[in-house]
Amino acid sequence: MNSNSILVFLVLLAPFWSTLVLTVVYPLRRSGKPAGIFSILCILGSLVFSLILLFSKNFDFSFNFSWLPSLSGPMAQVGFWYDKISGMMIIVVSLVALMVQIYSLGYLSSETKPSLGRYFLYQSLFAFSMLGLVLANNFLELFIFWELVGLCSYLLIGFWYHKPEAAKAAVKAFWVTRFGDIGLIIAIILLWNKTGTFDYQTIFSLVESGALEQSFLILISILIFLGAMGKSAQFPLHIWLPDAMEGPTPVSALIHAATMVAAGVYLVIRLFPFFQASPFTLNLIAYIGSFTALLGAVLASKQDDIKRVLAYSTVSQLGFMMAALGVGAWVASYFHLFTHAYFKALLFLAAGSVIHAVGSNSLSAMGKLAQKMKWTSMGFLFGALALSGVWPFSGFFSKDEILLGVITSGKIIPSIFLLLTTFLSGFYIFRVIFLAFFSTAKSQIHPHESPKVMLFPILILAALALSSGLIQQNFLNFLEETPTWHSFSALKVIVPAISLGLGILGIFLAWLFFQKQKKVPQVLALSLRPISKAIDNKFYLDNFYEFMYAQGMLLLSFLIGWIDRYLVDGMVNLAAWSTGRLGVLLRVFQTGKAQDYLIGIGLGVLILIIWIL
Amino acid sequence: MKFPILSMIVLSPFLGAILITFLGKKRPKLVRLVATITTSISLLLSLYLLFIFDKSIPGYQFLEKINMVESLGLSYTVGIDGMSLALVLLTAIIIFSGVFASWTIKERDHEFYALLLVLVTGVFGVFVSLDLLFFFLFYELSVLPMYLLIGIWGSSKKIPPKGPMAKMIIDLGLGRKEYAAMKLTLYLLFGSAFILVGILALYFKAPHPTFSIIELEKFSFPLGFQKLVFSFFYFGFGILAGIWPFHTWSPDGHASAPTAVSMLHAGVLMKLGAYGVVRLGMGLSSDGASELAIIVGTIAIINIVYGAFSAMAQTDLKYVIAYSSVSHMGIVMLGAATLTEVGMNGAIFQMFAHGIMTGLFFAIVGLVYEKSHTREIREMGGFGKKMPGVATAFVIGGLSSLGLPGLSGFVAEILTFLGAWKSSFQWWLFPAVLGTFVTAVYVLRVAKLIFFGQLDEGRYSHLSDAQGPEWVSLILLSAILIIFGFLPFVLLYPIDITSVGLIHKIMGPGP
Repeated sequence: MNSNSILVFLVLLAPFWSTLVLTVVYPLRRSGKPAGIFSILCILGSLVFSLILLFSKNFDFSFNFSWLPSLSGPMAQVGFWYDKISGMMIIVVSLVALMVQIYSLGYLSSETKPSLGRYFLYQSLFAFSMLGLVLANNFLELFIFWELVGLCSYLLIGFWYHKPEAAKAAVKAFWVTRFGDIGLIIAIILLWNKTGTFDYQTIFSLVESGALEQSFLILISILIFLGAMGKSAQFPLHIWLPDAMEGPTPVSALIHAATMVAAGVYLVIRLFPFFQASPFTLNLIAYIGSFTALLGAVLASKQDDIKRVLAYSTVSQLGFMMAALGVGAWVASYFHLFTHAYFKALLFLAAGSVIHAVGSNSLSAMGKLAQKMKWTSMGFLFGALALSGVWPFSGFFSKDEILLGVITSGKIIPSIFLLLTTFLSGFYIFRVIFLAFFSTAKSQIHPHESPKVMLFPILILAALALSSGLIQQNFLNFLEETPTWHSFSALKVIVPAISLGLGILGIFLAWLFFQKQKKVPQVLALSLRPISKAIDNKFYLDNFYEFMYAQGMLLLSFLIGWIDRYLVDGMVNLAAWSTGRLGVLLRVFQTGKAQDYLIGIGLGVLILIIWIL
Repeated sequence: MKFPILSMIVLSPFLGAILITFLGKKRPKLVRLVATITTSISLLLSLYLLFIFDKSIPGYQFLEKINMVESLGLSYTVGIDGMSLALVLLTAIIIFSGVFASWTIKERDHEFYALLLVLVTGVFGVFVSLDLLFFFLFYELSVLPMYLLIGIWGSSKKIPPKGPMAKMIIDLGLGRKEYAAMKLTLYLLFGSAFILVGILALYFKAPHPTFSIIELEKFSFPLGFQKLVFSFFYFGFGILAGIWPFHTWSPDGHASAPTAVSMLHAGVLMKLGAYGVVRLGMGLSSDGASELAIIVGTIAIINIVYGAFSAMAQTDLKYVIAYSSVSHMGIVMLGAATLTEVGMNGAIFQMFAHGIMTGLFFAIVGLVYEKSHTREIREMGGFGKKMPGVATAFVIGGLSSLGLPGLSGFVAEILTFLGAWKSSFQWWLFPAVLGTFVTAVYVLRVAKLIFFGQLDEGRYSHLSDAQGPEWVSLILLSAILIIFGFLPFVLLYPIDITSVGLIHKIMGPGP
């Protein structure tokens, strides 16, 4: 193991150490704040190691340890693959995790000490699992960490487990993502049986050499994508993400915006050589992604809960990234993942600061916050500008990269969907801006600016939301990929112009409706009543799943339970009972009186005589 | 002569039982002390075995042999391979935690502990015996004390008489502990009649009369005979392993049994059934096993899915866990039926993982019941606030049972699934994976209903977390689930060498 391998190891070891210590050292965990500081120091360590690794410019190495032994050599290993893709991602993960953990110290300061310690234990476990997921070099290991981040999501959504909604949301998130994971695990099993290995690179080279037939590749890639759909909240498995907002806001920022939900996108990027070999699946991804983008944006436009707006916005942006992958523009997708992680985390943290001050998630309880909370408002505004794709904020660059990719691919429907989404993104996020920060306050509230420990991460992320787009060229150079659409010089100007125009149009309309309070939305809502009602009901998808759960699974289980108790077990009881009855019946003949037995003997003799005659 | 480790493991609890019987009356502290010491001797020796086990020898190790009746081919022979090693370790861990889980028993406690230790002697004996007659003797020794343990120290519950056989349910007293004890014992004895016939058939068919498993493994019997013997063993041991549709003794029995007995029974005795099928069924009538694998595997699939759905339907916490055992034993049998190295590894690992997990579950259920005085899930809610430690342990157990990576259950399940797709009947994979999804649904639902949400402060004001000795089983068992989930190779090295040997015997030394 050379020094770089040790560094990669240390990146993982730091949060693992923190998890272990917080689990075992009971008094430290129960002490609350010190536990938090310990966890923060560990994740800071990960960030530092990741940065050292990046600047040491030594990429593409991999190392393994045996995990599942078998007589003919280990059948599964645990190993790490450090290349430019994973190298960039661990920085994003550890940076956002660090910011969020610092922020949490302030946001959760009113929690009891043991509960705060538990929170940081989960945070450490999450950091460890997420970094492991990014660095994994084989499918089985990927699956392990993939499920572990899902576990952390479950634990953190349900952090306030005494709230019934939180408990419900946690379980729902686990079930839905788990459903997608059925696809992933089956894909891994099938692949292993075919190739005899879990290793990414071995499988990639098999794909490249054409050793695997097309139909098999399509099947496997669709199954893998099913897992990505669950985790990255793609239609129709997106329903868990909005409910996941029941967790603490920093959790939403880290797990349900910046990192874990992007894991599905990351998975497809990581396995892109594999997906590339089955154009059918890529096509499917493009359509599902762009549809999800539009769906999320539409739903985001009508939410009253500030976190739910952001949640649907995340669904929408993840759809954006997926659509880019579907047309082969993985670099664009990755770049958007990179910028989105910062600006969406920023939006969430700023929203958390607002919620902290107002004491409510509801937009109707907010208003004129810009006066009282200058820094928070500025942070949220930066995030919103990046999200709507206004130059020079980061979203402008990454979103245009995706739009260019999709438009030059010639897929009409996804292009239209994404352009509409661009328009809606500006609209829904500035709806929040105007309602929460500028329009008149509707209720008596006395907000105050949040403490420094919360503002510091917001400012750092605001700076990143502003600047991370500007390094576009460096990013592309770094990954050594020149997207094909860069040769279309005319489009390179027209597409950004259109998207900027659409974004600004959305912002303008939001200003008109919600700042100037023109009655248009109400009128529109009235005239489009069925659609509006459908949006309020989240297009009835939740009802559908609810129905499947209650009328499908529970009913079936009730039926099987009944059969088991009264029929299968009934047969056993029948055997026992009839044996008992038979005994009762035979007892009649055992009277114990000599006369009765004499009659019996007589009858027997009589029968015998008749028989013989 | 070398130090007889295996005999020491078997006899230590038996010695404890004798001491307790004669000295333990009205001395509760002494009883617990003796039980702790004797079971920890077994535990330490089993750990030592794991440490010194030679991972490169396919056959049996640590052999001890005392000839009894040479003309009949009867001898006391003990020895272990990777599979028995895992199970001996499992038994030692479960009984050790079981001793602590029964700490609060007041009524006739010395008799309870004595019977518990006799029972565990029988279990250890089965796992190390390499002589069929001793095997059978120990087997009976492990089944019979159960009748008293459930009948005396068990708990009852009312089951509504419904359906076409409602009258019978009333007549038989379904749900009462006496009913459960009787049902369990009769059912298992019915099975053991078949086992005895199988054993005698082998004995008389062998070229020279012998009860030695090592000797018998060398003979090859005619195919028709092997099929017959395998079916006898499969049926006889299968009842104990909870194979569908002969599993209904298990929910009633486990629900009525006192905590430590449920732990031991679901955690270890059901594995004993599976062990019997693999060791005697597959080991001694290999060709029969490969012919009948399709039946074994298909029934295992039914177990997995049917058990999971049945568990979801239950409203009594103990029944949920009992049915989950039925479902998980399906994974053991499926792994074995795949007749592949990885599937067999999965089966054996699942025996271990599920034993620990279900032991943990029953320990938790016992605690919850003791503190809240109810087993009805619908009457619970919000317990996490008052018993965070118990809630954590339950979630760890639940996550292991739904196959979350990082916990032992996952290792077993993934190995079994890989084996299923590699076997001759690939379709097994899909219902099996579906079963784990259903498991995720019911386990998390139950965890949510019990530990999450609002607590009824009035009714449950007295509720408290685990205390003192109660922590032992929770912490020990959860820690083992995590440790072997992260470091499965510790146990898989010895298991693998055994599975390879078994699979070679069944499938022939193929590639």
